[in-house]
Amino acid sequence: MSETKNILLVGVGGQGIILASKVLSKGLVDAGFDVKMSEVHGMAQRGGSVTTQVRYGEKVYSPIIGKGQADILVAFEKMEAMRWIEYLKPNGKLVINNYSIPSVPVLTGQVKYPENIIEELKEKVDTTVIDAANAARELGNIRTQNIIMLGALVKALNITEVNWEEAIRETVKEKYIDINLKAFNRGMELV
Amino acid sequence: MKRLLTGNEAVARGAYEAGVTVASAYPGTPSTEILENIAKYKEIYSEWAPNEKVALEVAIGASIAGARAIAAMKHVGVNVAADPLFTFAYTGVNGGCILVTADDPGMHSSQNEQDNRYYAKSAKLVMLEPSDSQEAKDFVKLGYEISEMFDVPILLRLTTRICHSKTLVELEERQEVEIKEYNKNIAKYVATPANGRILHVKLEEKLKKLEEYSNNTPINKVEFNDKSIGIITSGVAYQYAKEVFGDNASYLKLGMTFPLPKQKIREFAEQVDKLYVIEELEPYLETEIKAMGIDVIGKELIPNIGELNPDIIREALLGEKKEIIEMNSEKIVSRPPTMCAGCPHRGLFYVLSKKKNVVITGDIGCYTLGSAPPLETMDTCICMGASVSAGHGFSKAFEVNGKEAKVFGVIGDSTFFHSGITGLIDIVYNKGNAATIILDNRITGMTGHQENPGTGYTLMGEVTEQIDLVKICEAIGVKHIEVINPLDLEETEKAIDKAINTDEPVVIITKWPCVLKKSPKEEIEEYGLDQRKICTVESDKCKQCKLCLKVGCPAISFEEGIGAIIDDTMCVGCDVCLQVCPFNAIVKVGE
Ligand code: SF4
Ligand code: SF4
Repeated sequence: MSETKNILLVGVGGQGIILASKVLSKGLVDAGFDVKMSEVHGMAQRGGSVTTQVRYGEKVYSPIIGKGQADILVAFEKMEAMRWIEYLKPNGKLVINNYSIPSVPVLTGQVKYPENIIEELKEKVDTTVIDAANAARELGNIRTQNIIMLGALVKALNITEVNWEEAIRETVKEKYIDINLKAFNRGMELV
Repeated sequence: MKRLLTGNEAVARGAYEAGVTVASAYPGTPSTEILENIAKYKEIYSEWAPNEKVALEVAIGASIAGARAIAAMKHVGVNVAADPLFTFAYTGVNGGCILVTADDPGMHSSQNEQDNRYYAKSAKLVMLEPSDSQEAKDFVKLGYEISEMFDVPILLRLTTRICHSKTLVELEERQEVEIKEYNKNIAKYVATPANGRILHVKLEEKLKKLEEYSNNTPINKVEFNDKSIGIITSGVAYQYAKEVFGDNASYLKLGMTFPLPKQKIREFAEQVDKLYVIEELEPYLETEIKAMGIDVIGKELIPNIGELNPDIIREALLGEKKEIIEMNSEKIVSRPPTMCAGCPHRGLFYVLSKKKNVVITGDIGCYTLGSAPPLETMDTCICMGASVSAGHGFSKAFEVNGKEAKVFGVIGDSTFFHSGITGLIDIVYNKGNAATIILDNRITGMTGHQENPGTGYTLMGEVTEQIDLVKICEAIGVKHIEVINPLDLEETEKAIDKAINTDEPVVIITKWPCVLKKSPKEEIEEYGLDQRKICTVESDKCKQCKLCLKVGCPAISFEEGIGAIIDDTMCVGCDVCLQVCPFNAIVKVGE
């Protein structure tokens, strides 16, 4: 593979995006790719939006991409998908978690949380909707949403060169390995 | 072994491999993780200093004593450390010394976007600018060599994108470097005017030799490809330029940007047809190159505002734009950061927000979020420490004009130690009447929980003396000091009202641990943190007046027709909303 692939993960602080990106990058590095990962988590713990960009290929220069360049956009939260959709290639893939987290202007009733997000996005781009929250609950831990989304990402991009099980084993805390392995497989099935 | 490291982790690794033994810093995004990672290496003594000036001075002292030393800070921190910095360039080092400045183009979390490359030129320090994590590590090691070879301190400039991006780094072993012998040398290390005059001459001589070095060092490297376009660049801008132009241009990539390799620049310029300078923020390289009489294209096409990226370059220099998916952006609601559910600052700001005729001078920390809706309780925010001193200026101006308004300076515990103390001394000494509120949440919150002199622990995890804020304020001469629980609105209101009616300096210390803090056992007991029960709304009692929304807790939402709703996964039971509801509709779960 010579072309650089661009992955964009977006969501809200606390959703485990950084950890999912770590597993992703670790897997890609071990498979021998040049990898660059950029995090923006300005005030993540304070309810802000969080994004990470992972770029991989034979040789990667910039750690960040611009609008219209992501091969895949993985949105952990619905409204964040809208916010970042400009970054997706027009023929790229959107994997969206059917999950909303209202922001403060919504909570305080100043504005409404947008409606029909998924419908609108589907009209414009190749969209896969994942119900990661329910899938995670079924697995018994709501916090595994992130690895479910990662599994979905890997399937959607069809990244076959990587030993994901090992990447997960080496990145997550020991007692969560099993549930995260399950979550990853669940995510693969959901695409 | 290759590993993915952030630029900050790579700098820490570089310090370890280079045999550094002393490291000091004050936390500040995007630089914070440098010291947090250095602290993992037990071979290096590492500490949080109360501010950046102290951090640099600690490094200077260690360097003169003969040890390799490092100080790290964010760009605005260098302003605080600028005083010793300029003189340090004169005295030079003994053990090698590096000051890391982490600039924040785009202001991801800063109050301005200054370009600290000018510090190198202005203070006459060697400047190195890495463009990825591997270089960040390599340049630290090279920096110590240059520092000791030429007897100069080094400024290592990172930017947010370098600090927080992970790229591959080859790890190596630590090289133990012996502490150099220290010999008393008054002419070198005592910067009196007589010595300084001689040192300045010596420094200029060193800079000439360093320019020669700069012309020959491989970190200022030429990559010839297509010669119709030549690009001079440094830092992360190099990566962006490569991303856009690839092999369709030739590059002069500068790793050492002060002193500049003028000879190399001239030779490069002669060999290419069209010359661009691609740099982030200010036209630092461009101005220097133009002053050499070389024609370049730079800031007329590339903005000097905001973070650079490949898109901007592509559009500005090639006129290309990527096709994008358009959405109705009006539909997208903003997601501003907010004070967390249960944040101890919320109670105080809620009380302040209801007071008429008060001015709140703010400071840098989590509590700056008190300026956001719905609380909007802040009139100014300039820099660390300015809450207290600008508040004093405010109240003096009001006094002269005969305006009756109480001024409250709000400042965090760590920030008070950083540079609030001097402002408070000013208020007492000069008979001011501005009130100072120290928001003591028992930790440095904003940057992600670093210990500070008030917490009782050091960076290396040792138990230490806890600096007592009350005693400090007493010692300064403040007579009215109150320590309150900011989650108790009545108690808070009383203290505020008392301050409004007092014409002498007042200090109110709001003491409650940050809600995100991993409190030690004693603290959990002291504050009864494990006894807290979360709140819920009894919807039949809710009159839908929306008053509870005014506290701005992210756990409270509102649905027309139903009323207020408290998210049970977010609420921590701080009780602020419960005290605000006039209809007692908010109750404790299970009570
Ligand atoms: S303050 Fe009380 S009555 Fe008013 S909306 Fe909130 S819960 Fe309902
Ligand atoms: S008690 Fe009220 S203000 Fe405090 S965290 Fe819970 S919902 Fe927020």
